Amino acid sequence: MLESLFVLLAFQLMGTTVGLALKLPIPGPVLGFALLASWMLLKFPLPEAMGTTASTLLQHLSLLFVPAATGMIQHLERLLVEGWALLLSVVLSTTLALIVGALTFVLMVRWTRAYPTSEEVRHD
Amino acid sequence: MTEVSTDPDIWVYLSTRPLFWLALTLAAYLVGLRLFQASGNHPVVNPVAIAALLLGSLLLGTHTPYERYFEGAQFVHFLLGPATVALALPLSTHFQRIRKALVPMVVALFAGSATAVFSAIVIARMLGATEESVRSLIPKSVTTPIAMGIAEKIGGLPSLTAGLVIATGIVGAIVVTPLLNRLGFRDWRARGFALGVASHGIGTARAFQVHEVAGVFAAVAMALNGLVTAVAVALLAGWL
Repeated sequence: MLESLFVLLAFQLMGTTVGLALKLPIPGPVLGFALLASWMLLKFPLPEAMGTTASTLLQHLSLLFVPAATGMIQHLERLLVEGWALLLSVVLSTTLALIVGALTFVLMVRWTRAYPTSEEVRHD
Repeated sequence: MTEVSTDPDIWVYLSTRPLFWLALTLAAYLVGLRLFQASGNHPVVNPVAIAALLLGSLLLGTHTPYERYFEGAQFVHFLLGPATVALALPLSTHFQRIRKALVPMVVALFAGSATAVFSAIVIARMLGATEESVRSLIPKSVTTPIAMGIAEKIGGLPSLTAGLVIATGIVGAIVVTPLLNRLGFRDWRARGFALGVASHGIGTARAFQVHEVAGVFAAVAMALNGLVTAVAVALLAGWL
């Protein structure tokens, strides 16, 4: 547990350092994610409990967004005026992005014949 | 009477402590989570939205500034960093799947990401949103820290962007299942990937709740969308 937590923080720190050193417009945690994914792709060793620690942390990923979501109260006046326009934009634009994303993915699956295995398909 | 008069003092004391707001953040989320489970995991009953509504009302009702709340809530907020790094783990057990779907992923990434950005600009302008709000809305589909950085670069309000990002995540998490069911998408990879592109971390959290494969593809999509949008905005910042 302790070792795995250290690994996560160490990769976040490395990501942050790389980002600052190379003046990349990408936050440290995302670079840390890319570094850890590469590390695992190259099959370098990691603490044994790594998987358990990660899934414990990710199980309640939504909780971690609560403080930022609560921050909306700082913009109450603006939201009273144009909140409906912003909300409608978010709803329509997100719906469109979902459809376009899923549709292009499926079309490209057909084109490249990368058909899903039975495990990768939704069964009713 | 003396007992009654101590109550405000206790409140004054507690409401300035990080511990109080940290505990309440967890409590509010637990309430949201219980309601979500009681509804049979119905996506409209979103735990993040419920928690933010409860906490926001409490802060407004007690005239507590957000900054004071955040002194406690920051401990939860901080974990977003390590959690983002931890997304690499579920990814690694599915490298084969990801490699197989590389072309669909890259094309869907650019198509979905461009749709999210440009449709938001067009729709918000048509509805008469102010320029500041439109610019805050542009990075709405990207994970919070990247989105806030982008908003700052292009003349939006980072804290407004944070809220819009969360709203986008919640909307995507709510809409995705009925929408893609109705349209007949059965491939978990496509469903998860589209959700990660459109609705970043909250979408990813939702995808993992529904199906592991969807979750993995959502995580990849979120990371790639963050990388691509950050680079694109850095290149196009003057032009936007």
